Amino acid sequence: MKKRKLCLVGNGMAGVRCMEEILKLAPDLFDITIFGREPHPNYNRILLSSVLAGDADIRDIVLNDWNWYEQNGITLYTGETVTSIDAEQRNIYTDCGRVESYDDLILATGSLPFMLPLPGIDKEGVIAFRDINDCKTMMEASKTYKKAVVIGGGLLGLEAARGLLNLSMDVSVVHIFDNIMERQLDPVASKLLQSELEKQGIRFLLEKQSAEILGDTRVTGLRFADGTAEEADLIVMAVGIRPNAALAQESGIEVKRGIVVNDYMETNIDHVYAVGECAEHRGTVYGLVAPLFEQGKVLAKRICQMDAAPYEGSTLHTKLKISGVNVFSAGEFMDTSDTRAIRVHDEWEGVYKKVLVRDDQVVGAVLFGDTKDSTRILEMIRTNATISELQRVAILQNLSSSSGASELDYVAAMSSDEIICGCNGVSKGTIVEAIYEHGLNSVEGVKKCTGASRSCGGCKPLVANLLQCVLGDQAQTSNQKEPICTCTTLSRDELVREIQEKCLTSVREVMHVLDWTEPEGCSKCRPAINYYLNMVFPELHEDERESRFVNERMHANIQKDGTYSVVPRMYGGVTSPAELKKIAEVAEKYQVPLVKVTGGQRLDLLGVKKEDLPNVWRDLDMPSGYAYGKAIRTVKTCVGSDFCRFGTQNSIQMGIDIEKAFERLDTPAKIKMAVSGCPRNCAESLIKDIGVVGIDGGWEIYIGGNGGVHAKVAQLLCKVKTNEEVMEWVGAFLQYYRENANYGERTSAWMERIGLSSIQRALENTETRRELNYRIAAALGVLSDPWQDIIQKENIRQLFENVAVNV
Amino acid sequence: MKLEIMQLEQLPVHTGRVIQVFGHEIALFRLGNGKIRAVENRCPHKGGPLAEGIVSGDYVFCPLHDWKICLADGNVQSPDTGCVKTFQTEIEENRIYIMIEPQEQGERRESLVPEQGLVNQK
Ligand SMILES: Cc1cc2nc3c(=O)[nH]c(=O)nc-3n(C[C@H](O)[C@H](O)[C@H](O)COP(=O)(O)OP(=O)(O)OC[C@H]3O[C@@H](n4cnc5c(N)ncnc54)[C@H](O)[C@@H]3O)c2cc1C
Ligand code: SF4
Ligand code: FES
Repeated sequence: MKKRKLCLVGNGMAGVRCMEEILKLAPDLFDITIFGREPHPNYNRILLSSVLAGDADIRDIVLNDWNWYEQNGITLYTGETVTSIDAEQRNIYTDCGRVESYDDLILATGSLPFMLPLPGIDKEGVIAFRDINDCKTMMEASKTYKKAVVIGGGLLGLEAARGLLNLSMDVSVVHIFDNIMERQLDPVASKLLQSELEKQGIRFLLEKQSAEILGDTRVTGLRFADGTAEEADLIVMAVGIRPNAALAQESGIEVKRGIVVNDYMETNIDHVYAVGECAEHRGTVYGLVAPLFEQGKVLAKRICQMDAAPYEGSTLHTKLKISGVNVFSAGEFMDTSDTRAIRVHDEWEGVYKKVLVRDDQVVGAVLFGDTKDSTRILEMIRTNATISELQRVAILQNLSSSSGASELDYVAAMSSDEIICGCNGVSKGTIVEAIYEHGLNSVEGVKKCTGASRSCGGCKPLVANLLQCVLGDQAQTSNQKEPICTCTTLSRDELVREIQEKCLTSVREVMHVLDWTEPEGCSKCRPAINYYLNMVFPELHEDERESRFVNERMHANIQKDGTYSVVPRMYGGVTSPAELKKIAEVAEKYQVPLVKVTGGQRLDLLGVKKEDLPNVWRDLDMPSGYAYGKAIRTVKTCVGSDFCRFGTQNSIQMGIDIEKAFERLDTPAKIKMAVSGCPRNCAESLIKDIGVVGIDGGWEIYIGGNGGVHAKVAQLLCKVKTNEEVMEWVGAFLQYYRENANYGERTSAWMERIGLSSIQRALENTETRRELNYRIAAALGVLSDPWQDIIQKENIRQLFENVAVNV
Repeated sequence: MKLEIMQLEQLPVHTGRVIQVFGHEIALFRLGNGKIRAVENRCPHKGGPLAEGIVSGDYVFCPLHDWKICLADGNVQSPDTGCVKTFQTEIEENRIYIMIEPQEQGERRESLVPEQGLVNQK
C-alpha cells in the first residue's frame, strides 16, 4: 500500500508531540515531512526560562534530536517557512521556493509574541521572550548592559525577570494593573508573590501604561503615559501572545482569533488540521502545553482513522517556574457571589491556600508558598468531584497538615489514576506500571519511558518521591544532579562521596574505579578531581602537577603571549624599602617589561619568560603570592587605627594575621579578602569573598562579595568582639566553602545557590566551627612555599627550560 | 632528517616540553600510553603555547582558551576548527628522536611584549 503523505507546518512542541503520537499508533502509515522556521530540532520552549535563569543549558532542552527525525524516516526542513497553502491542489509552498504536496496537512504554527505598538518599538534592544534566539539575545545583552525592563507582569514576564536577575542585571517589571499575574491569582496571592519577588531583587512599577521607547538606535529608556520614565538598556516585551494564523487565513482556512477547529482538530477545509497555540477550539485558544498535548492525542487518532473521544476542552492550571517560589493556580480563582472558599493563610510561614467551591464542587484553587496539594486538588477540579461537609473539613486539614505527613506518605496515598504530570497527563498508575515493567529506577528513566516531567519539570520531586515509595533505597532520586563534565555521569557530591567511601587517592584511580568514559579525563574534570582529592585527603593525596592548569603548575600567571607574571607575597599589602629595592633589582636584571600595582595591593612583574621563572623567584627570595591559583589570593587592608583618624580597629595587623594563617590554601575558586578599619570601608571589604570590617568594640564579617563580571555585595555573616573570633570564623567559613562548593564556584555563586542562612546555620555551632578549623589546619599543615620547592628540585626546575637542539 | 632530542626520562608523562630546532618551536609530549608526540607549539586560535596544556589520551587542551587539539594528526576538535603541524618521533634505547627537515622553516612565536622594557626606558 502506498503511504499517505503527511505534512506538518511548525516544528514546535504541539506539532511534534502529535507526530510522536501518530508514530506510536501507526508507524508505517505515513510518509512524513516537517517544516520549521527555527533552525533547531524540536526543543522544550518551556525550559527557556530555566536556560535564562542558568539552571539548564540550551543543549539540554532539545526534545527530539536530529537522530530522532532520521530514525523515524521524517524529512525535516528547518530554517524554512511555509508561505502559502493551495488546498485545492493540496500543495504547500515555502520561502525557499520548495513545493510539497500532501494528503494530510497539520498546521501547528504556534503563536507570535504580542508587541505593543509603541513608538520606538523597532529600536535595538527591544525583544520578546519566545524562542532560543530571544534567550541568547538576553544572555548576550547581560554581558554588556545593566538595566533591564520587562513589560508584563504575567507568568512569562516574571520568569524573564528572574532570569535576567540571575544574569546580574537590574530588573524592573512594568505592569499595567495593580496586581501581577492577575489572570491566575487573586489579589492576596498576587501581593504575596510580589513581595517575595521584591525580596529577591525585582522592582515593580505597577499601574503603568507604557507610552514610548526612548533612545537613538539602541533603547535607553521607557516613558509611561503618566509622564514618568524608566531607564533601560534592554526591554523585554511579555504582554501576551496571539495565535500565528496568518498563513491559514491567507489560504482560505477559517480563522477567528486562531484557526478554527472542531472537537477532532479538523479545520473547515478537508484534510487540513490544526493543533497547538494556533488553534481555536470552542472559542478558546490555549497557551499552555497540557491542553495542546491532549489535542495532539485526539488528532493523532483521528488522522490514523481510529476511534477517538472528542476533545472537549481543558481545565487550565499553572505553576510559576521560579526557584524558591511556589505558586499554583487552577480553574476559577476569584471569589464570586455563588462560590464559597476554604482558606488558610499562615503569615508566619508565608503560606496562603484557597480552594473555591460551588454547590459542593471544587471549581478552582490558588496555592502560595506550599503547593504540595496541587495535584490532588487539580484532580478534584478535573473530575468535578463533589465534596461533602466532612470532606470539606478534611481538605482543610490535609492542606494545613503539610508539615505533619511526609511527602512520601503523600504520594503513597494518591490513587493510581491521579495525575502526577499535569503537562503530559501521566497518572501515578502509569508511572508505577512503567517502573515495574521496565525496571526503571531514576527520574530520567521515568521521563524517557512515560513522558512524565518531560515538559515544565515541575513534577520532578513528585516522581522522585514516587520512585522512592515504590523502590525504597534502590531509587536513584538525586534527580537534579549535574555531571561534573562529559567524562562521567557523577555529580560533584557523588564524586566526593565516592572518593571518601572508596578511599580513592589519585586522579587515575578515581577515573578508573568510577568508570570514566574518557580514561584520562579532560581539562574540566582533571583539575577538579585533583582539588577534591586534596580537600578530602590532604595528608594522603599527593598533589598531581599534571592535572593542574598551567598557572598552578608553573606557579605564575600565563599571559596571552606565553610569558608569565610574577607576584610575590606582601602580607596585608604592606611592604618595606628593602623589599622594594629587591623587587626593583630583579625587574631590572631580568628586563621585566612591566611592573604594576595590582588591584589586591601587590606588585606584579609582567612579561617574565618561562625559562627565567625559577631564577626570578630565587633572586626575589619572597614567598609566592599565589596570584595565579584557585587559592587564597590577597588580603587587602586599609591603614586602620594606627594612622587613620577614623579607624576603630587595627585593620593592617588583622589582615596580615589572616593572610599568614591561610596563605597557600587551595580553594574551589579564588578567594579575595579585605579588612577595613571602620565602616568607611576603604579596603572595599564588601566586594570580597570575605570582608572584615572594624566597628566600635568588634568586627563584622561579610561573605560572598564579588567585584567581577557578576558584581555582588557581600552579606553579613556575623558580628564578633575579638580578633581571635575573627580568625575562628574566617577559618570555619573557608573550610565549609572548601568542603561544599563545586570546583570553580566562587563564593558569591555558591552562596546564591545554597543561601546565606544555610551557611549561618551550619557555622553557628561552636563545636562545628572548632572541627572545621581543625580540618583546615590539617590541610594547611602539608603546604609549603612552591617557589622554594621548585628552586630546590632539579628535576622540576628543568621543565622550565626550553631545549635547543643544535645541529 | 632524524635528530636526537633528549633522554626519555627527561620528559615526564603528561607534561609538555618546548624544543627549539631549525627555527621551529615544538611542543613535545609523552602520553599515558608511552607514545611520544610532537606538534608545533602554537595554538591555531591565538598562538597559545600548547606545551603547557593539560594532556589527556591523544589530546592536549590549550592553556589559553581550552581548545582541544589532537596530537596525532594536529586537528582542532569541534566546535573549533583548524590544525597544527605535527612531527614524527621515535624512541630508541631510551632516547627521543624527531624527524624534521632543515628547509622547513617554522613560524616563530611573535612576542607581544615590547622589545624595550618599560622599566628600562629612561
Ligand atoms: C519562556 C516560556 C515559558 C513557558 N512556560 C510554560 C509553562 O511553564 N507551562 C506551559 O504549559 N507552557 C509554557 N509555555 C508555553 C508553551 O511553550 C507553548 O504553549 C507551546 O510551546 C506551544 O506549542 P506550539 O507547538 O503550539 O507552538 P511552538 O512551540 O511555538 O511551535 C511553533 C513552531 O512553528 C514554527 N512556525 C510558525 N509558522 C511557521 C511557518 N509558516 N513555517 C514553518 N514553521 C513555522 C515556529 O517557528 C515554531 O517553532 C512557555 C512559553 C515560553 C516562551
Ligand atoms: S576604612 Fe575607616 S579606618 Fe580604614 S582607612 Fe578608611 S576611614 Fe580609615
Ligand atoms: S590560543 Fe589556544 S585556545 Fe586560544
